[in-house]
Amino acid sequence: MAVPRFWREIPNRYNLVGARCGNCNKVLFPPRYICPYCRRMGKLEPYRLKRRGKVLSYTVVHIAANGFEDQAPYLLAIIELEDGPRLTAQITDCNPDEIKIGDEVEMIFRRMGEESQDGVIYYGFKARRI
Amino acid sequence: MRDVAVIGVGLTKFGELWDLSFRQMMMEAGARAIEDAEIDGKQIDAMYVGNMSSGQFIRQEHISSIVADHAGLVPVPSTRVEGACASGGLALRQAVIAVASGIHDIVVAAGIEKMTDVLTGQATGALATAADQEWEVYVGATFPSLYALMARRHMYEFGTTEQQMAMVAVKNHHNARFNTCAQYQTEITVEDVLKSPLVTSPIKLLDCSPITDGAACVILAPAEKARKFTDIPILVAGTGQASDTISLHSRSSLTSLRATIEATRTAYKMASVKPDDIDLVEVHDCFTIAEIIAIEDLGFCKKGEGGKVTEQGETAIGGRIPVNTSGGLKGKGHPVGATGIAQAVEIVQQLRGEAGKRQVDGAEVGLTHNVGGSGGTAVVHVLRRGD
Repeated sequence: MAVPRFWREIPNRYNLVGARCGNCNKVLFPPRYICPYCRRMGKLEPYRLKRRGKVLSYTVVHIAANGFEDQAPYLLAIIELEDGPRLTAQITDCNPDEIKIGDEVEMIFRRMGEESQDGVIYYGFKARRI
Repeated sequence: MRDVAVIGVGLTKFGELWDLSFRQMMMEAGARAIEDAEIDGKQIDAMYVGNMSSGQFIRQEHISSIVADHAGLVPVPSTRVEGACASGGLALRQAVIAVASGIHDIVVAAGIEKMTDVLTGQATGALATAADQEWEVYVGATFPSLYALMARRHMYEFGTTEQQMAMVAVKNHHNARFNTCAQYQTEITVEDVLKSPLVTSPIKLLDCSPITDGAACVILAPAEKARKFTDIPILVAGTGQASDTISLHSRSSLTSLRATIEATRTAYKMASVKPDDIDLVEVHDCFTIAEIIAIEDLGFCKKGEGGKVTEQGETAIGGRIPVNTSGGLKGKGHPVGATGIAQAVEIVQQLRGEAGKRQVDGAEVGLTHNVGGSGGTAVVHVLRRGD
């Protein structure tokens, strides 16, 4: 993957920055360029999300995605953040047998992977139980 | 708008077809459909080909030209249609619209995927491009893991069990045994499914549809002309399509596909039918949980009861609403771009009374349900005997 593809998403991925619509006040993440509720009337501004949320569903991935083989088995979840948006994230620092739907989590900055030995190392958010 | 009928169908064997190329498979399915319709290739006015990812699977784009070229049908207009695993269903819908509009008379709707010319990891990686690369796959989501997230939530909200999901696989393998085109010809038990290796909990290997090569083809004509070609025209009574967010996490429900519900509403309205009027369905069981969610969203049982009605045998051949008599994606195989067309082939054969040992007695109205990605696209067709 070309470096610019990682680079241009850095503000959103590394800082958990989404968007808030000044018209309907909804918080959107991942970021969007048009408010799906207000469309042309929307006024999207960058919005840094609060980092707490809860687990809506989870799975323990045994057959890993390409590039994640060394992490398997890993916990993958859909998290609902306090501000409302939902996202997909790994849950880290947790025994897979202990996780439950409804568990409270905080989002923490983590290394996600690397393109190759010579390629970019890329980062993002994982969730940790609190 | 004109009524549209299916006048011919054709299917290749589904499976790991090492000795057949993309081009051979497409010609085989097409030739069978043309023979079935008893038309001459020269009568074909246009072609729509459903294909998810020839670029990733065989490093070849622009297959619309290849299909017309190798069929000897140049310069007939030929169009590739893509909507991930719903590509076939979308190609059928485009063909239906082309005939209904009056622009074309005899139109081919085909679907194809050649998946085994790459290694398994490359194939699953290609399938994962139907999910959100930036916000799902980036963090480690695989395609099965998205359906596992739906399954876990369905278990939590409705008490659906891993046994009930396994029963979907058992039923579909059983049905596939009566379908000579099916990839799998072996019965499996609930225990086999539960003991198969974990892919992404609670989904196990035998909860997953396989990687498959295959092609399928149907030929459409205006209903008023269909009698010239066949004694039993099968009318496309309703067609519906809907979209949803690319990411599963962006949707308000994890246990229901809004695109299915919206597409179904449109198709039922156009066909003037309700769930009780449908005699059998082919649904998109890419994973066993997907069949359970589908029969709920299509209105064949209350939300949350899909597992229970499966356990009670209501979805078996001979049950209240037979589901996936062909073996479904699970038993027949899932060459992604071909699946939506193959579903229509099954319903046509059933409505004609040509389904042999898997025949649903007296079937007059059938439905196909084809999903792209984790539900970002859904397309539904209602077919009815037109004699």
